[in-house]
Amino acid sequence: MPKALLTIESLVKNYGGGAVLNGIDLTVYEGEVLVILGPSGCGKSTLLRCINALEPIQAGTISLNGEPIRRDSKDLPRLRQKVGMVFQSYELFPHLSVLDNITLSPRKAQRRPRQEAEAEALALLDRVGLKDRAGDYPRQLSGGQKQRVAIVRALIMHPEVLLFDEVTAALDPEMVREVLDVILDLARQGRTMLIVTHEMQFARAVADRVVLLDEGRIVEEAPPEEFFDHPKTERAQRFLNTLTFETVKKKAKNQ
Amino acid sequence: MPDLGLEVLLKGKNMARLLGGLWVALRISLIAVAVSIPAGLLLGVVMTWKHPLIRALTRLYLEAIRILPQLVLLFLVFFGTTRVFGWDLSGELSSVIVFSLWGTAEMGDLVRGALESVPAHQYESAKALGLTERQTFLYVVIPQAARRLIPLSINLITRMIKTTSLVLMIGVVEMLKVAQQIIEANRMSSPNAAFGVYLTVFVLYFLACWPISLLAGHLEKKWG
Repeated sequence: MPKALLTIESLVKNYGGGAVLNGIDLTVYEGEVLVILGPSGCGKSTLLRCINALEPIQAGTISLNGEPIRRDSKDLPRLRQKVGMVFQSYELFPHLSVLDNITLSPRKAQRRPRQEAEAEALALLDRVGLKDRAGDYPRQLSGGQKQRVAIVRALIMHPEVLLFDEVTAALDPEMVREVLDVILDLARQGRTMLIVTHEMQFARAVADRVVLLDEGRIVEEAPPEEFFDHPKTERAQRFLNTLTFETVKKKAKNQ
Repeated sequence: MPDLGLEVLLKGKNMARLLGGLWVALRISLIAVAVSIPAGLLLGVVMTWKHPLIRALTRLYLEAIRILPQLVLLFLVFFGTTRVFGWDLSGELSSVIVFSLWGTAEMGDLVRGALESVPAHQYESAKALGLTERQTFLYVVIPQAARRLIPLSINLITRMIKTTSLVLMIGVVEMLKVAQQIIEANRMSSPNAAFGVYLTVFVLYFLACWPISLLAGHLEKKWG
């Protein structure tokens, strides 16, 4: 039995009177890749933000290795170091070079020596094919490159779990691949990850388990093959149907 | 060649007196700047707080200072408060007070704007990396806000220097007042002195403010 790493119990998050997350129970095991799917506004990004305590929650608990993650905890910065997060809009620091973007948090939050942090940053940059861009500033990079730097910036903290919040949604189609390849590589290394994405083929390839979220609840939870090929719930079937298209022109010819 | 009235400046100590006047103007503005920058930094941080009472008070202060012409503020402090409260303020001290109040308000608003121009997402990504509030402020927010703030605050300094020409209205003998005195005293011997003397005043103000403007432009380009 794999070890439970992240445990979410009866999580409720209200926003402006309505419940965005309405009683979420979810356990993520060590080494597992969990993909969270759902229509826009279903609360998937909010769920990730709650895990990192970027959002206040109204009820329930979130714990990492048995340690509760709470916004009022004095220990929050230390806990957040164990939860890496990558945002849709990269959010690199514009005033710092690529190398300084990556080494800021290990040097300041973990008090690691600059030399060691820079050596690791360069090794990680090499891994995502950006070693030669270490001295550049974020504005000199393409979207895909920025996102790969953002992933390295999260990795250097040696997080126990990684959260990916629609990391390819802002990218041009030809740049999506380079970012997804990095994430696939991380999955191969056995990293624990929670991924919110709209890339269904990628979800299928990377996931150990797929969770479908709708109106703040988990409506289906299954291994990817089962979820995509034989969805059990009517809601999941409807969700998957919105993603397929009938070829209109062919149809017209056959008539 | 028409008589530009420049020879007046060579008479007696006229040029030295003008420079002395410039020094008075610069002294008032530089003391006010030295007060306004730290006070404005503090005020700007306070202005970003969400507390409604603090918001209302800082807003009131800023708007009041902005709506009143500086000259009215000068009269209010120099003629008004000295009479009502019975204290004895020199013209120069009144000027320093008014310019500090004005500079603090404007500087505070610039600081508030610069801090608020750093997107919420930057705070979030810093926190998500495990940085504390203090580290987030120190290494992520302040460097970005400062890049926006420095050129704007340098422009404020040049505005403060220029506006000191108003203090002659409360009897402070600064450069413009000295210029008027020189012209007045030489009305008979050099009737064209007004041109030469005011031209010199123009050049001196220009020389005082231009390098500062250049620096602002340079920093703006560098960090823009």
